[in-house]
Amino acid sequence: MDQIILYILILMVVLTVGGFIYNKNLALDRYLSSRAHEEIGTTLLKGSGWHSQASYHGYFTAWVVGFCSFLLFVAGLYFRNGSEVYDLIWLALVLASGVCIVFLLNRKISPEFAARTWVERFIHFCLIVLSFIAVLTTFGIVLSLLFESLRFFSKVSFLDFLFGLQWSPQTALRADQAGQSGSFGAVPIFAGTFLIMLVAMTIAGPVGLMIAIYLSEYASAATRKIVKPLIEILAGIPTVVYGFFALLTVGPTIRNFAETLGFSVPTQSALAAGVVMGVMIIPLISSLSDDVINAVPQSLRDGSYALGATKSETMKQVVFKGALPGIIGAFLLAVSRAIGETMIVVMAAGRAANLTGNPFEAVTTVTVQIVALLTGDQEFDSPKTLAAFALGLVLFVITLILNMIALSVVRRYRERYD
Amino acid sequence: MDIQNPKFVCRDVRVHYGDFEALHGINIDIADRGVTAFIGPSGCGKSTFLRTFNRMNDTIEGARVSGSVTMDGQDIYDKGLDPVLLRARVGMVFQKPNPFPKSIYDNVAYGPKIHGMTSGKAEMDALVERSLRRAGLWEEVKDRLKIAGTGLSGGQQQRLVIARAIAVNPEVILMDEPASALDPIATAKLEALIQELKERYCIIIVTHSMAQAARVSDKTAFFYMGDLIEYDATEKIFTNPGDTRTQDYITGRTG
Repeated sequence: MDQIILYILILMVVLTVGGFIYNKNLALDRYLSSRAHEEIGTTLLKGSGWHSQASYHGYFTAWVVGFCSFLLFVAGLYFRNGSEVYDLIWLALVLASGVCIVFLLNRKISPEFAARTWVERFIHFCLIVLSFIAVLTTFGIVLSLLFESLRFFSKVSFLDFLFGLQWSPQTALRADQAGQSGSFGAVPIFAGTFLIMLVAMTIAGPVGLMIAIYLSEYASAATRKIVKPLIEILAGIPTVVYGFFALLTVGPTIRNFAETLGFSVPTQSALAAGVVMGVMIIPLISSLSDDVINAVPQSLRDGSYALGATKSETMKQVVFKGALPGIIGAFLLAVSRAIGETMIVVMAAGRAANLTGNPFEAVTTVTVQIVALLTGDQEFDSPKTLAAFALGLVLFVITLILNMIALSVVRRYRERYD
Repeated sequence: MDIQNPKFVCRDVRVHYGDFEALHGINIDIADRGVTAFIGPSGCGKSTFLRTFNRMNDTIEGARVSGSVTMDGQDIYDKGLDPVLLRARVGMVFQKPNPFPKSIYDNVAYGPKIHGMTSGKAEMDALVERSLRRAGLWEEVKDRLKIAGTGLSGGQQQRLVIARAIAVNPEVILMDEPASALDPIATAKLEALIQELKERYCIIIVTHSMAQAARVSDKTAFFYMGDLIEYDATEKIFTNPGDTRTQDYITGRTG
């Protein structure tokens, strides 16, 4: 970075802070001298006739100076041409405008000026701008997915993509090569994704739910204090570690076990990836379910116990029923996590786009294919790379819908007890 | 106070929460049938004491009960006694109405179902209707038994909870400030209901309202700082209390 940019940034901070201190003290002086009777040592606003505290006059100055010099800074960056004279004029302009504004605003410091209201408006404005940045980023991502997908669909038919049963995205490098147009039927890879997700949920659903029930209803406070963080460690393990755990430990174990039974099973299989992914999302389900089970009011449990219900009857018929919407929400969030998970499946599920319901076979998932399509020497406008965007779009839509359902279910549940 | 054929006999009942002693040795006999009211300032231990009668203190971590509580001569803190069976005999109504997130019908049918009290739907229907009638709620809900119990008004919810307690056919009903979350009209209905129920059940009610204790109860026990100060006929307590602390409390000088 050029030094001049650093200087201007420092200057901006100095101007802002200086403006704040200078005008705040000025306001304080005027305010004290305007008081009808002498109450030295107090700056109480009440009854003085001033609208805003002195510090708000300072903040107001700071905001205006900060904002204007920021605009000048950005504008200067935009028009910069590399000449030193330009840079010096730029610096001088920032300095002069800052100092001018501070002194111009001196005149504004009066009992009537609503500095506090203005400061609050500024803050309001900044918060809106910041939240817009987040929203716009999301929109940008969605739009880029959408446009790249449209380019893909101009080369491959939408229906062939969504309902085709054959996935082999290899395209020819030379026009006279055999098999030059790959086939982009996405059904096998979505089937693989759902197969792995099903395996994962078969593991994580019951285990996570039982952990949640144990922790919230049966474990003593001391046990809970130790066990809960231990389980949550699972959530902190990097997924790539899970990935090679699946590839090097779970996969071979499954293969060896199947061999002793006389079956031949590949090391990379939907089962290996699914099992490990299930372990990974156990804490997601157990933590969220534990929270919703705890949110069921104690008074409901008391009511049930008082009728002579046992702990398990209370759990099954009252607490579980009350927590069910929240538990469903937790499951849906876990599903969308499983669908979007990449690293484990890249390492453990394989890349063969088999259309199968057999978890012992190697399958491939949407995320794996996106990785495969984008890591290569392909030119960027070939159907092969563009297919990644179409896959990403469909995946995004699916997880978006799942998350929306999950959140609305959870929200409806919250309204009931708060 | 001498009571013929008491339902409960308590001797030197102490309740500890961890190291804190909430009740310092309570001796009291509770009459079968009729209403016994426990009054006293907040934190005096009356609710804690109420929860010893159905062993609800067992569900609180760190709570210990010592001394003896007998019900019809049987020690309810006996090791061989299952608190689950005890609670089928001693029902409880709480301060805040706590209907389950189920339909009105299922709320009432919950207890009978877990205790296997009926065979067949017709019997259950009859039991639900009888319980709701006794709780004075039947006429208001008979056409909408399938709606959620949580959708009723506060007063209706509290009567639903009473119907739920009655449905398991208890001998005793414990009420922990049952009207404190209700408006005056719902409270009046609830008090009328208590007057009817006392013909069949032994009712023990904890209340913060002296007027309510005076209106609904036959006997009143005054608790203060974990001790039972005075226990007598309600009329006697409110007209001619024997202890100055009782006098101060019912006239509003303490508490």
